[in-house]
Amino acid sequence: MPVDVGLARLSNDLIYGGILAYSVGFLCFAMDAAFGNHVSEAKQPARARAKVPALAGVGAASSGSSDIAVSEPAAPASSGPFTSPSRSGRMSRWGSAIARRVGAVAVLFTLAGWALHAGAILTRGLSVHRLPWGNMYEFTLALTFAAVTAFLAISTRHRARYLGVFLMAPVVLALGIAVLVLYVPAAPLMPALQSYWLAIHVSAATIAFGVFAVGAVATLMFLVADRYAAAITTGKPVRFTSLARIMPDAETLDRMAYRLHAFVFPIWTFAVIAGAIWAEYAWGHYWQWDPKETWAFITWIVYAGYLHARATAGWRGRKAAYVALLGFGTILFNFFVVNIFISGMHSYAGL
Amino acid sequence: MSETPVDVRENPDTSAVSGLDTVPEAPDEYGTRQRAPKTSVSSVFSFLRWAWYSLTSMRTALILLFLLALASVPGSILPQRGGSDPFRVNQYYLDHPTLAPILDHVGLFNVFGSVWFAAIYLLLFVSLAGCVLPRSKRHLKAMRLRPPAAPKNIGRLPFSTSWFTELEPDAALDKVHAFLRAKHFRADRAPSSVNAEKGYLRETGNLLFHLALLVVLLGVAVTAGFSYNGSVLVKEHDAFTNTVISYDAFTPGRFVDRAKLPPFSFTLNKFEATYHRGDNARGDADTFDAYVTWQPNLDAPAREYDVRVNHPLSTQGTNVYLGGHGYAPHFIIRDAAGHTFDQTVPFLPQKGTYQYQGVVKLPDAKPDQLGITGFFLPTASVDPTTRQPISIFPAADNPAVVIGVFSGNLGLDTGVPQSVYELDTSKLTRLTTAVMRPGDTITLPGGEGTVTFAGFEEWASFNITHDPGKPIVLVAVCAMVLGLLASLGIRRRRVWVRASRDFAGRTLVEVGGLTRTDASGGFDDEFARLMTSLRTAVPADDGDPADHRDAGGADQRADFVATVPQPVAAPDKED
Repeated sequence: MPVDVGLARLSNDLIYGGILAYSVGFLCFAMDAAFGNHVSEAKQPARARAKVPALAGVGAASSGSSDIAVSEPAAPASSGPFTSPSRSGRMSRWGSAIARRVGAVAVLFTLAGWALHAGAILTRGLSVHRLPWGNMYEFTLALTFAAVTAFLAISTRHRARYLGVFLMAPVVLALGIAVLVLYVPAAPLMPALQSYWLAIHVSAATIAFGVFAVGAVATLMFLVADRYAAAITTGKPVRFTSLARIMPDAETLDRMAYRLHAFVFPIWTFAVIAGAIWAEYAWGHYWQWDPKETWAFITWIVYAGYLHARATAGWRGRKAAYVALLGFGTILFNFFVVNIFISGMHSYAGL
Repeated sequence: MSETPVDVRENPDTSAVSGLDTVPEAPDEYGTRQRAPKTSVSSVFSFLRWAWYSLTSMRTALILLFLLALASVPGSILPQRGGSDPFRVNQYYLDHPTLAPILDHVGLFNVFGSVWFAAIYLLLFVSLAGCVLPRSKRHLKAMRLRPPAAPKNIGRLPFSTSWFTELEPDAALDKVHAFLRAKHFRADRAPSSVNAEKGYLRETGNLLFHLALLVVLLGVAVTAGFSYNGSVLVKEHDAFTNTVISYDAFTPGRFVDRAKLPPFSFTLNKFEATYHRGDNARGDADTFDAYVTWQPNLDAPAREYDVRVNHPLSTQGTNVYLGGHGYAPHFIIRDAAGHTFDQTVPFLPQKGTYQYQGVVKLPDAKPDQLGITGFFLPTASVDPTTRQPISIFPAADNPAVVIGVFSGNLGLDTGVPQSVYELDTSKLTRLTTAVMRPGDTITLPGGEGTVTFAGFEEWASFNITHDPGKPIVLVAVCAMVLGLLASLGIRRRRVWVRASRDFAGRTLVEVGGLTRTDASGGFDDEFARLMTSLRTAVPADDGDPADHRDAGGADQRADFVATVPQPVAAPDKED
């Protein structure tokens, strides 16, 4: 069937619109991160208030000093721009009203971008009468869509809006690379990809990639929050502490990262297995150590290592987090380096 | 959640009765077996035991796992002999004449078949078996055990709550028992308590996953020993019979009986390819169809089949896959002595072009041997800049051949094996060069004869594989996914309920919960929901709740979070 050029063009327009909406969403998330009121901040002053008088009563002789140190970093938050007496008055109230809403605006723009993104994928698929994941451009669209979907899902269910600023930046970047570098015009599939296993294998891989990305972001945030926590206890100054203030505590982030990885690891396993079944069906061998297969295997091993590391004394926490990030690094290597620079039987990049 | 976690093992009161330490159930608890009691029987024996404990420890397993990943990397970057394009190894030798032999010596051109790669994964699998098999045995035993008795002080469990009810203790416990059973707990009604446990499937799933990994290895071994694969190029109207001699290339496993291949045969009636004709991705393939007539054996009736990419022909555990395709020009050559040679020769596709290259060798031509090298151009045109003939489309819209005809000694009798697709023209005499369309005939100079380009056929290559290890691997990987889902999605938890009369004659219901395998959290929510339902089943009375620390509070969630010790710190055995 011929390519519907009008729809293909519409798809391109929609993705540009989506990138624009995502960018605005990202800026709003960044503003929210910088100026917004945050749950964690709201909690901290309360804790500080509860503790400090008690300590004062007991006397700061014993363990008091360290506890005060704990509550101290929260103090700037409690006397932040919106409650600070020095900035009282009209400006501050306006600022406060905007700041309170900017997070919601960020989610709204992200939702709008998500809808445009979905439309772009849909029209691209309709224009070529097939699932639109046959080359790197289409695959990038699909996996960023999966990542944003995963983010939106957990941001409503688990109040993980704080992930937004860290996730939307790479999403916008990836989509930018997609339209500028990876773009190929809409075209039918080569015979090797004409199979319903494309729907099964590539969809699973796409979803896995997207959720792994969100997991990597949560892991990165855990590392920042953990450094922050360590800095508080040791009293040494560290960079990025202002980032850490908008985040939940390290334990919550660690758990969130683990949940994402535990959710997606079976999907990735399934994606690799579906690929092996398809390979058997298309080439006659379920596993040939093709470069793409090898890196999928390496990714699988590293994430399996992460799940085990998190269950092993001495590896939990930061070390496990580094393993998770290494795992995402292998995915990125597989996607950018293997697809573009290493030839094999998965050479479908279309570049 | 941010309070200092309490390690349940530091609290003898809890751990002694909760039974979580007496029945080790956490997955991947390699750590528990590292502390072997010291014996002085024999140092060799103790060394062996130390080695075994070290090998099966989690740390070693993790290191082996990462080593395996690391060892795979060169296999994806360097060309591999078993890979999709083995000729790249030869190319690498040409490009890096000093480095290549060194890399080859340590097996880097055959990583996945090398000794050191095998050593890593075999050690890993031994480590895995050494951990998983004893754990399976323990788990089988644990599956038959009833939930452990309630700890003395339920209120000290990580999750606990209590309330007064108007029911008699026995009636209350009966209701609790029925309630927990309805929630699919394995629940026992003890005289003064209900002991319940749920989530055995977690460890079952975990073990299933790891045992399935061992089965995958078995399947891969069967594949290596008992599978074969081969390839063959078949021209239109030619037939193939599944015997070793019919293959162009044949790679059997060690235990394959070459005399007993399934006796099927097929004839390629027609090969058809279609291509994009629009401006967009012009020349990319749309479809490939190889129409064959085949028989499972000589006595069976003939059947028709359309072999396509992603659509192999399957018979007797053997699959026939469509590989490449190309054109086979048909030449009729008459030599000076008047002999006629009728040759239809497959020409191979050239990467990155729409041209097909091949040679014709006529060692029996007289007086001189004749050789032809040439290109088949399916859609011939003239390159506007070089003025050379080229092909601009892969379909045979305007077919032509460009040939060079040579005479002399083809060198076939030197004993050096030659490719049928190459001709060394360095010692031959060029007679002529010509561009021919179907039906054209040229006369060779010096009375050497004539060459006619009579037409062409298409050919298809087939990959034929037989792999008895496949079903084993398939079943095992399905078990792996199921095991993973259970092991990552289920948490194991225990709930104890005690009902007793207090000094005032009221019935006090105490509930405690414990989970150990809750890496992703969420038991707090589950426990809260469970208690909300349980309070409906065993209603609280309206007595003064204030004299008990958290009896029947309105905000039940707040009870668990605010008044009970926080969840058990993940002990080192936890998953």
